[in-house]
Amino acid sequence: MTTRAYNYAYLDEQTKRMIRRAILKAIAIPGYQVPFASREMPMPYGWGTGGVQVTAAIIGPSDVLKVIDQGADDTTNAVSIRAFFVKTADVATTTDTERATIIQTRHRVPETPLTDRQILVYQVPIPEPLRFLEPRETETRMMHALSEYGVMHVKLYEDISRHGHIATTYAYPVRVSGRYIMDPSPIPKFDNPKLDDCPALQLFGAGREKRIYAIPPYTRVVSLDFEDHPFERTKFDARCEFCGATDSFLDEVVTDDKGGRMFICSDTDYCEKRQAAAKEAAE
Amino acid sequence: MSAPLLTARNLSKRFGAVQACGEISFELVEGEALAIVGESGSGKTTLLHLIAGLMQPDGGEVSYRLRDGFSRDLATLTESERRALIRTDWGFVHQDAARGLRMNVSAGGNIGERLMALGDRHYGNIRAAALQWLARVEIAADRIDDAPSTYSGGMRQRLQIARNLVTRPRLVFMDEPTGGLDVSVQAGLLDLLRGLIADMGLAVVLVTHDLSVARLLSNRILVMKQGEVIESGLTDRVLDDPQAPYTQLLVSSVLAA
Repeated sequence: MTTRAYNYAYLDEQTKRMIRRAILKAIAIPGYQVPFASREMPMPYGWGTGGVQVTAAIIGPSDVLKVIDQGADDTTNAVSIRAFFVKTADVATTTDTERATIIQTRHRVPETPLTDRQILVYQVPIPEPLRFLEPRETETRMMHALSEYGVMHVKLYEDISRHGHIATTYAYPVRVSGRYIMDPSPIPKFDNPKLDDCPALQLFGAGREKRIYAIPPYTRVVSLDFEDHPFERTKFDARCEFCGATDSFLDEVVTDDKGGRMFICSDTDYCEKRQAAAKEAAE
Repeated sequence: MSAPLLTARNLSKRFGAVQACGEISFELVEGEALAIVGESGSGKTTLLHLIAGLMQPDGGEVSYRLRDGFSRDLATLTESERRALIRTDWGFVHQDAARGLRMNVSAGGNIGERLMALGDRHYGNIRAAALQWLARVEIAADRIDDAPSTYSGGMRQRLQIARNLVTRPRLVFMDEPTGGLDVSVQAGLLDLLRGLIADMGLAVVLVTHDLSVARLLSNRILVMKQGEVIESGLTDRVLDDPQAPYTQLLVSSVLAA
């Protein structure tokens, strides 16, 4: 138990209340970006201030927190956010996806399927999927209100005309529950199918842009595409160097300056568990 | 004769003490091209913006016969109805093509945008439509993947026209469509526009200060001065036999080539 220089989970109760109200509204309108009064956090923008505020608003002493950055539990961002909540919220932390009740993530959805007792909190840099073609906030809000989403396909059209296929590989736009077009934050499109019909609650927080949005459990999430150029999940021609997985998202690691490289699972927890299982089977 | 496509009644607009548009009324039937001419500051662009719904009039109303055959006061349309109308049944050709185009999106994407907005989700079909329209506006097919920022002024203007016409609108607004282009490019563009207007049976509201453009493209003409229509009638009649002193002055100031 640390001495309480701050309120529980850093934010004061009124702020948490305000954020919870935004979260409830976001859950009620799947995919809709709810503005909220984002606070200054003791870390810079871009480090996950949106996700941290969402987590702070929903976390309790009985929660088990997991934080991942690019799938890994041991990167600077993940370690410091975990330490932050240990210090301010007295929570247990874990790297085990199955044990966690709250998983805060940047860039990845864990490979292990999530359950209905888990909440996935995303850190979002740019929540507005229409920003690419429409810089005016007033206009994008109007476009969302009127479901005027033709420009999203203009972006995909440009991809195909330039590259012969839809070259967007991350922050791939989705339509949530048949209504709002949403940016799933910069997760690889490999993870897009995991958003669909997911048993876990998914919350998205953008601190700098002051927006919260959500996908309630078991919601239909469809990646945008063309009839003659359907959405395709990224496929790898390699397997993980450590655990041999062929079904996970792989990071390419350069090992020397002579063109040497290897592929490893980006989800460290998934990879370690597979390695342990393989070792057990071998003994 | 069927009911007019567009009816303007007593349209007025003031900017402070300046009367930009005073009590202007006219009708436009399907397939008719109406030119609004006058010198700079005469209120012709304001009038165009009032009709096209880009500006709220202080008084008066504009009604338009929608594709279902019923005329509606444009002020009573919901925002989504208004936008659908602008996207499908109307076109707007700006003098500055950069305002009417997405300059960083390829020509094909520019033409296809309206189709995609209407729900076309087949890349092959969208591309085929874009190629067909590029051919119609005489842009080489191999420029389809180039952004309009790499196009010349005349090509941009033609691309803007293609982008507007791809949904086969019935009414197109044009604000000085040939402004800022050199004379030979202007001639080619006018020729193209005239062909398209005739082929597609487009109704046009054209704002121009260039009387020769009005003569080439329009059937009827409104001459404006200080926010008032001072003369109107068939284009040839007005330009060959102007009645109002101001129109006479305008016509006589055209430089003979």
